[in-house]
Amino acid sequence: MKGRVWKFGDAISTDHIIPGRYFYLRSNLPELSKHIMEYERPDFSGEVSHGDFIVAGENFGQGSSREHAAIVIKMNGIQAVLAKSFARIFYRNCFNNGLPAVICDTEKFGEGDVLELFLEEGRIVNYSRDETVSFLPLPPVMKQILSDGGLVEHVKKYGNIRLDF
Amino acid sequence: MGMTLAEKILSEHSGKEVRAGEIAVVKVDLAYAQDGTGPLAVRKIQEMGFEKVSNPQKTFFFLDHAAPSPRFELSNDHNFLREFSERTGCQVSEVGYGISHQVVAEKEVKPGEVVIGADSHTCTGGALGAFATGAGSTDVAVAMALGKIWLRVPETLRVVVEGELPVGVYGKDIILHLIGRIGAAGATYKALEFTGDTIGRLEMAGRMTIANMAVEAGAKVGTFSSDEITRDWLNRMGRPGDFKKSTPDPDAIYEKTIEIDARTLSPTIACPHQVDHIRTIDEIGEVRVDQVYLGTSCNGRLEDLRVAANILKGKKIHPKTRMIVTPGSRLVYIEALKDGTMETLIEAGALTMPPGCGACVGLHEGVLGDGEVCLATQPRNFKGRMGSPNSFIYLGSPAMAGATAIEGKIADPRKYL
Repeated sequence: MKGRVWKFGDAISTDHIIPGRYFYLRSNLPELSKHIMEYERPDFSGEVSHGDFIVAGENFGQGSSREHAAIVIKMNGIQAVLAKSFARIFYRNCFNNGLPAVICDTEKFGEGDVLELFLEEGRIVNYSRDETVSFLPLPPVMKQILSDGGLVEHVKKYGNIRLDF
Repeated sequence: MGMTLAEKILSEHSGKEVRAGEIAVVKVDLAYAQDGTGPLAVRKIQEMGFEKVSNPQKTFFFLDHAAPSPRFELSNDHNFLREFSERTGCQVSEVGYGISHQVVAEKEVKPGEVVIGADSHTCTGGALGAFATGAGSTDVAVAMALGKIWLRVPETLRVVVEGELPVGVYGKDIILHLIGRIGAAGATYKALEFTGDTIGRLEMAGRMTIANMAVEAGAKVGTFSSDEITRDWLNRMGRPGDFKKSTPDPDAIYEKTIEIDARTLSPTIACPHQVDHIRTIDEIGEVRVDQVYLGTSCNGRLEDLRVAANILKGKKIHPKTRMIVTPGSRLVYIEALKDGTMETLIEAGALTMPPGCGACVGLHEGVLGDGEVCLATQPRNFKGRMGSPNSFIYLGSPAMAGATAIEGKIADPRKYL
């Protein structure tokens, strides 16, 4: 599925993705998800379309462990997050919720570019620039969680953790 | 071939020898969540179809972030956690009993354990010689339900701190200095293992401050060997039987060694809006401060409050600056009341809040307005964290908090010591 690029800089924290002031909405995810990235881009939730990409620089998702950050990205229809690097807890949270987080050279994507992600093949086609960007394959453990539909589905399927590669 | 502390603990908990880079499914000794991450964890447990948790005695929910609750939605979340715990036999740490990481360090964490918490600062427990790491609600839900988690065994960066710490320089300055050197992503996916004679002399409060901020360099854990200081802490907490030797092998393989000469350190500050925007007190210039915040999982211990009280004794805080103090736990609060620390702080003009996460999360008890500046002892200073996205957070030690409260601008604690 093709989608548009929404570009962000380096060091986007989970406080940027979903500010702590909306702590009280964490049990009301549809309402919480409207506030995604609002300090960075007011009304991002209104502008973003199903299948779009969040594209960022280094250390995306640093800070708090709040899984709500990955969840509101997913709930806003974002197909995948592409960044030069990710913070550790956020990276796991994405896959646990069935949201691919791909490490790649995001300098090659500009705001509004139209991309298509081929996860299995490790490449992203940038139709706006007529360019293909390759990335290292996902770690097998992340691939497994993703193909099961997230960690909850994985545990439901096996009744256990089957990720001992 | 020897093992790092992380490799050793994870090998013991996975029933086989595991090395950096391998994926291991490990037994979890203690699992916890707080009021911001707990409700989602419980919903995930229910979604997976579990009606029980694996070890209710070692499964905790801490009502610490919104404590007492400033909004009815959060009161409902608290009740949701209370009801789940009542039904499943899990433990609830009530409103006013303190921050999860402080309370588990006092009552639960043992050297050599694997501790998983749905809060990024769970790594604080590394100070006691445990492998303690933060995770999202789903990972913690699985840890609670099954009593295990999958982990990639981290490579380890060994941080060797040597030499006498100068007067006015503390654990907080060591970790801020390190983050300034390696950056906020300098240890991503890795373990930081702290050692050296400075660390060997550092009291538990200072070790906890350093371990707490390991995540601010991206690290999975910040580990310390257990030693006589660990034993003294466990004795003081009334659990001498919980001590265990937890050390790396002398021939362990490290990805890198980072050396810090403690004698060269000075009071250090993280500037807005990133933890790795580091300056020393000599480089900071004049920064007027509206609010001084002393407390949090990073610096809310008795030793921290005492350091600030020692500087503020017999003095008054600046008339244009407010100072808010939040003890890390009920035990800290009671001890600080008994030894006069609280009285000294309040007489100087500080106001106190109930034990918990307080103003650090931007919910209540000291929310910053547009353009306001705060010098805080907390671990994090992202844009908008304590309130307005147009406010500014500087991070420093409890001693710097005391000096800054007096002068109304970021101040050098050394002249008061």
